[in-house]
Amino acid sequence: MAGTLDFSPDDRYNAFITTCAEAPFGDGPLAGTAVAVKDNISTAGIRTTCGSKILDGYVPPYDAHVVDLLRRAGAAIVGKTNMDEFGMGSTTETSAFGPTRNPVDLTRVPGGSSGGSAAAVAAGLVPMALGTDTGGSIRCPAAFCGIAGLKPTYGRVSRYGLIAYANSLEQVGPMARTVEDVSRLMSVIAHYDPRDSTMLDRPYNHRPSAEVKGLRIGIPEEYFGEGVDPRVGESVRDAIGVLEGLGAETVPVSIPGMRHALAAYYVICTSEASSNLARFDGVRYGPAVDTRKSWHEAYQDLRRELLGAEVRRRIMLGTFALSAGYAGQYYAKAQVARRKIREDFGRALREADVIAGPTMPTVAFRLGEKTDPISMYLSDILTAPANLAGIPAISVPCGRVDGLPVGLQIMGRQFEDERVVDVAFAYEQEVRA
Amino acid sequence: MKTIVGLEIHVQLSTATKLFCGCSTDYRDDEPNTHCCPVCLGLPGALPRLNKRAVEYGLKVAKALDMRVPEESEFARKNYFYPDLAKAYQITQSDRPLAVEGTVEIEDDEGHEKIVRITRAHLEEDPGRLIHIAGGSKYSLVDYNRSGIPLLEIVTEPDMRSPQEARRFLNKLRTILEYLGVFDGEREGGLRVDANISMEGSERVEVKNISSYKGVEKALTFEVTRQRNLLRRGQKVARETRHFVEGRGITTSARSKEEAQDYRYFPDPDLPPLRVAGWVEAIDLPELPVARKNRFMAQYGISLNHARTLTGDPKLADFYEAVAHVEPVLAATWVADTLLGELNYREMSIAAVPAERIAELIALLRSETITDAAGVQVLREMLDACAAGNPCEPPAAIVEREGLTRAAEGEFTQVVEKVVAANPQAVEDYRAGKKGALNFLVGQVMKETRGRADPRELGRIVSEYIDRGGV
Repeated sequence: MAGTLDFSPDDRYNAFITTCAEAPFGDGPLAGTAVAVKDNISTAGIRTTCGSKILDGYVPPYDAHVVDLLRRAGAAIVGKTNMDEFGMGSTTETSAFGPTRNPVDLTRVPGGSSGGSAAAVAAGLVPMALGTDTGGSIRCPAAFCGIAGLKPTYGRVSRYGLIAYANSLEQVGPMARTVEDVSRLMSVIAHYDPRDSTMLDRPYNHRPSAEVKGLRIGIPEEYFGEGVDPRVGESVRDAIGVLEGLGAETVPVSIPGMRHALAAYYVICTSEASSNLARFDGVRYGPAVDTRKSWHEAYQDLRRELLGAEVRRRIMLGTFALSAGYAGQYYAKAQVARRKIREDFGRALREADVIAGPTMPTVAFRLGEKTDPISMYLSDILTAPANLAGIPAISVPCGRVDGLPVGLQIMGRQFEDERVVDVAFAYEQEVRA
Repeated sequence: MKTIVGLEIHVQLSTATKLFCGCSTDYRDDEPNTHCCPVCLGLPGALPRLNKRAVEYGLKVAKALDMRVPEESEFARKNYFYPDLAKAYQITQSDRPLAVEGTVEIEDDEGHEKIVRITRAHLEEDPGRLIHIAGGSKYSLVDYNRSGIPLLEIVTEPDMRSPQEARRFLNKLRTILEYLGVFDGEREGGLRVDANISMEGSERVEVKNISSYKGVEKALTFEVTRQRNLLRRGQKVARETRHFVEGRGITTSARSKEEAQDYRYFPDPDLPPLRVAGWVEAIDLPELPVARKNRFMAQYGISLNHARTLTGDPKLADFYEAVAHVEPVLAATWVADTLLGELNYREMSIAAVPAERIAELIALLRSETITDAAGVQVLREMLDACAAGNPCEPPAAIVEREGLTRAAEGEFTQVVEKVVAANPQAVEDYRAGKKGALNFLVGQVMKETRGRADPRELGRIVSEYIDRGGV
């Protein structure tokens, strides 16, 4: 069964940073299946850049746990996909390797930061791909490109080998054209790894079931409020109506902490990032530091030159948020807000079995449309809360607005990834039939 | 002017593997960067996994120092750039350490017992090491073999009042750590100290990274003089960090830039909170130095001084207990005074000495088969053989070969006659009542007979001989 897969995609979308022309594969449930891997996931022997010049030429000496599991399942790892530099963006435009285009409309962004993975799947270059989701980076591009993507419960998939952006928020997750394939890929990657101390031993071995009779779907008003394109809201309400037609019922719920969610999210992710990204100093890997300068000066110059503007902005924000005299106002307060949001979701998910809403407030932006960082950050408003709460969330396509895909987001209780997959599957089966 | 000293001690725990990965800690004498993996090299994506044994070692120390272990402690990141710090942050514990509030008992400068309070003890990882090649190379080299070695940082209250007290505290602490088996005292750089010192009412100075016990006393002694001189001249002591220059025995001001560091501590999101208070009860402590010292005095009837010396190092105490059965008091004298002196002279470890041979030697001394002087001679031969890596001959064989059996009384008459005849001035001095003269004559006889006679007995023989009128 084992062999080599020839892979020479027509990548008009700039979905890949690196492709493997001859990808070896083995036996197993994914034998011979081409899988694309986001370029912030370590692959032994394959360049891993995080979409940044500062890691150009870095070839990891080891596989991330999820990559090891993919290889053992027989998958052919055919390439590394484009992404916003270090995951910092919602459009894949901050990549040092140029933006990725949305296969649905080449003038549009694919979303981000896992835009390369989403575009590769949407364009049919690969049947499935791994993304990572820190504040929506799987679900946003899944919604914009019209595919399915799951952000697992925090602690369900090993982060070992995932190049950290914001450790307390992020998870590796599956992306595919169908919920069934998302679930298949999830079954491969969600296995216990003692090297990730934030992980629980809760393997995912699940076949999706379309049964939703009696399911209580919570509808948070905050997910249909200001800033959400009413036509997007309408598509999502229609999709929820389909689930009601299948026997589910809806209950209104509320997440009052939402108004602090984005602020908390950006303080936490930039704080963690400022620490995580400090190691990129040109000493051990990546383009070498200039040894003729004093080390301090050499680090500064290298980082100024090789890190992009958005990455430098977030490092500075995070450094500030953790500084003596300010940490109490920013980092500590953000943790309080995070706890509040967690509690809000806990309460809402006692009143309902899952929560449904739009994945993104709008459809895909035009390339170059979002120039102001704040308006870019605002687009994470509906996805980041699930990361703050650590709960599973899936995006599944639900209609179009202006010919562009809309995503239905289903969020569930911690470690009930199976349930959000089932609800998305039920919807998908119903509208396909 | 009262001197106030507090210490921060970094102890390398002697676990087999590093604090957050499976790399071996036994890298001494190995090539640089051969005990490394993605975790301790800080490669992108690698995650720390806490070494359970290191936590147990930390808790052992906490229990031995009577510390409280909070229900939950937490690892934090200390962020700073330095080429030897692989991740650009050190995983340590900040607001919520492993253990708090303990005590260590030492002797103060008047010989009274006093308590030094321990503020806290926490786990952290050692950084790598920069190597500067002599001769002005334009490169600094980095060795990450040390990166990730588990450290326990122990912080005291400012309870010491002199450099000597600080040294006694460190000796005491080291002994406890060795008894607990969590620390290898023979490892270079295994224990590093930052010392805070001030004159009462003045600013505090921190002397950083002193890597030996003697260094601590020296650095602090220098600081006492420096600070007192400043104050005597009406100047102020500046609050600052200073470095100890080991070779010159002085401290020098560190650049103020280093003091302005903001480490931006925050909880490490890769490591969940540590809940190990429940482990403490199950930890079995070995008999600690104070208890062992008291037992030695009670069980073997030896002096406080001997008991203190013998229990100052667990290996020495074990050695003593292996030979004490022959005759405890005689064994204490021979091990604590004679043997230890001979070992120090040879820079030998007690581990190189076979206890059963020393027990045999003590048996020969107890049965008065040989004199003390001959005993020393035999001991030296045995130690020289051990030091050279040769098999250690039984003492009885050495006595036999060298003819060192204690002489019977009449055996030396001729020698005594000869020595007395050859030293008329000494004989006269003796008769004039000078005590030293007799010792001199006895010494001469000892020399001639190669220590085979007991000097006290010889003293009696020589004086009787002269008193009888022999010249």
